[in-house]
Amino acid sequence: MIKFLPNIIFIVTLVVGIGYFAKNVRKIIRNIKLGKDVDRSDNKNARFKNMAMIALGQTKMVRRPIAGILHVIVYIGFIIINIEVLEIIIDGIFGTHRIFAPLGGVYDFLIGSFEILAFLVLVSVFIFWIRRNVINIKRFKTLKGWPKNDGNIILYFEVVLMTLFLTMNATDLQLQNLGADHYVRAGAYPISQFISPLFDGMSITSLVIIERGAWWLHIIGILTFLNYLYFSKHLHILLAFPNTYYADLNAQGKVNNLKAVTDEVMLMMDPNADPFAAPADDALDENEEPSKFGASDVMDLNWVQLLNAYTCTECGRCTSECPANQTGKKLSPRKIMMDTRDRLKEVGDNIDKNGSFVDDGKQLLNDYITTEELWACTTCNACVEACPVNINPLSIILEMRRYLVMEQSAAPSDLNNMMSNIENNGAPWPFNQMDRLNWSDEA
Amino acid sequence: MAETVKVPTMAEYMAEGKKPEVLFWVGCAGSFDDRAKKITKAFVKLLHNANVDFAVLGTEESCTGDPAKRAGNEFLFQMQAVTNIEVMNAYEIKKVVTACPHCFNTLKNEYPSLGGEYEVMHHTQFLKSLLEEGRLKVEGGKFKGKRITFHDPCYLGRANNVYEAPRDLLRKLEVELIEMKRCKRNGLCCGAGGAQMFKEPEPGNKDVNIERTEDALETKPDIIAAGCPFCNTMMTDGIKNKEKEETIQVLDVAELIANAQDL
Repeated sequence: MIKFLPNIIFIVTLVVGIGYFAKNVRKIIRNIKLGKDVDRSDNKNARFKNMAMIALGQTKMVRRPIAGILHVIVYIGFIIINIEVLEIIIDGIFGTHRIFAPLGGVYDFLIGSFEILAFLVLVSVFIFWIRRNVINIKRFKTLKGWPKNDGNIILYFEVVLMTLFLTMNATDLQLQNLGADHYVRAGAYPISQFISPLFDGMSITSLVIIERGAWWLHIIGILTFLNYLYFSKHLHILLAFPNTYYADLNAQGKVNNLKAVTDEVMLMMDPNADPFAAPADDALDENEEPSKFGASDVMDLNWVQLLNAYTCTECGRCTSECPANQTGKKLSPRKIMMDTRDRLKEVGDNIDKNGSFVDDGKQLLNDYITTEELWACTTCNACVEACPVNINPLSIILEMRRYLVMEQSAAPSDLNNMMSNIENNGAPWPFNQMDRLNWSDEA
Repeated sequence: MAETVKVPTMAEYMAEGKKPEVLFWVGCAGSFDDRAKKITKAFVKLLHNANVDFAVLGTEESCTGDPAKRAGNEFLFQMQAVTNIEVMNAYEIKKVVTACPHCFNTLKNEYPSLGGEYEVMHHTQFLKSLLEEGRLKVEGGKFKGKRITFHDPCYLGRANNVYEAPRDLLRKLEVELIEMKRCKRNGLCCGAGGAQMFKEPEPGNKDVNIERTEDALETKPDIIAAGCPFCNTMMTDGIKNKEKEETIQVLDVAELIANAQDL
């Protein structure tokens, strides 16, 4: 029995680690589903193509070459090194050691590439840390508190995981050279061969302790990191894929036409409609809330917008491209996304606590996003274009403007003038519609 | 520029039982704004010059609803849209050209689901097609060799991925086309979009049009070319703010082509 103790501990660790994460993933899915329905089941080919190009292929990421290339390295490192995690999991469950070793040359190649990638990841992460903490890059400098710490913690995780991986290999190499039991000669160690001399002269027992320690800490570290995702901006490593898949495929300039408004407008325009007609039967349902125009809280947004909020990794490319933000206005598209997520998290916690949402006297509008931010937007789509994973902050801004104007009549007075001009004269300025062709008579 | 040009209306065409090749959607700025009216006239001259059979809606045209929609007033937008669509469908309009990217975007993207399906072109796309068909001649004329930078309108560029049509036309003018550091999909907004044209900006430390004018000035241009009446206003204001109006002109692509030929 005692012989299988490590296997049992390993399986328990794995089940707990993955199980807790799965529980939180279900929460995320539930929270995203709080959003309104929007149909994104069309055009599967174009959607897969977007996902392949933008999420998998990182095409928008490399538009900024320095951050982009460093990110590609960490990203490839992350994906490829996960093949090693597969071996660790099999070894852990069955008590084997380097189960893929019989692959021979292929195994040497695999382990060799993991090591080189691990090294490149360490270098990239180091540069990322410098960019976040030393160099004066505005989009990182403006992050304070948890979002700033979150960014750094992720980098520290990477450093610890890569260091453990290389330590594990370096001691394994020593043990292979010493001909220790179980430690089959396998793998190529282009990086850890230089770390290995640090362990020269150690006893087999000490080496096994370090090797096993690094091995265990590595897998526990990975499971911890997995569970950290839920609390972090780092969910993008998973959500970038559905997010790019479900992103709006229309031209960026196209803003959806509200169906509820169309129905009313069509009724108003219909010369045969009876203005005194009783509402149709289905409208008499007392439990049905009258439809609300626009969004004042996260539940008024659609589920893709909520998925956007969870996907955002707070890189700030949107805000750095935003003309309003560049000229000192309060608007920051990144903050729009972060606020949406924070509020959604708050609503989710409320549901966890009370079973269903209980009014907490708060909402996304005003408690998180101010009208000053919303009215500063020029709808130029720079934020949408800049996002490496096709998040659309503009759609949330417009949805909230709709609420302000159609539910609260709370537009700035200049805009009210513009709108009454359109209503009365068919132009945003106070000119008579009958004068529309006067230009043709002017020299 | 002294003589007026004949601008037929759809109503006149209808009365004669004819249909034009294309509807020229003038837009509010093109109809009422003194600066934008010059763009309208320049474009009309080019249409005449290329023997394009066109008409305008005239007094039957109304705001597309774009600024209302971007301000959040979906009701007003759809009221405008449905009214305009009713008029256009009554005239059996198939093809529309406009010199305003906001009208262009709205007509092209937001009218179809409300029943208004037309082939919609920005005037730079339309002029380029005339050029390709050999109906319009674009030659350097007086702008040959001038340093010109093109400011991408958001609603033409990012919103609808039209970047090359205006540039192709400018190249035909044999000008020295210089790009700003932020151009095409990275182009910076002029500050007018999203109904900002009609309100004071929120508190900040700079106006967006000044920021964009500085981008343009970095290219040391003789002329800033625009493809939108609102960008035109914003950039013109920016140039005045920088006291450069004596040396740098802000002109629409249609004006450049018309002026090059002294039309």
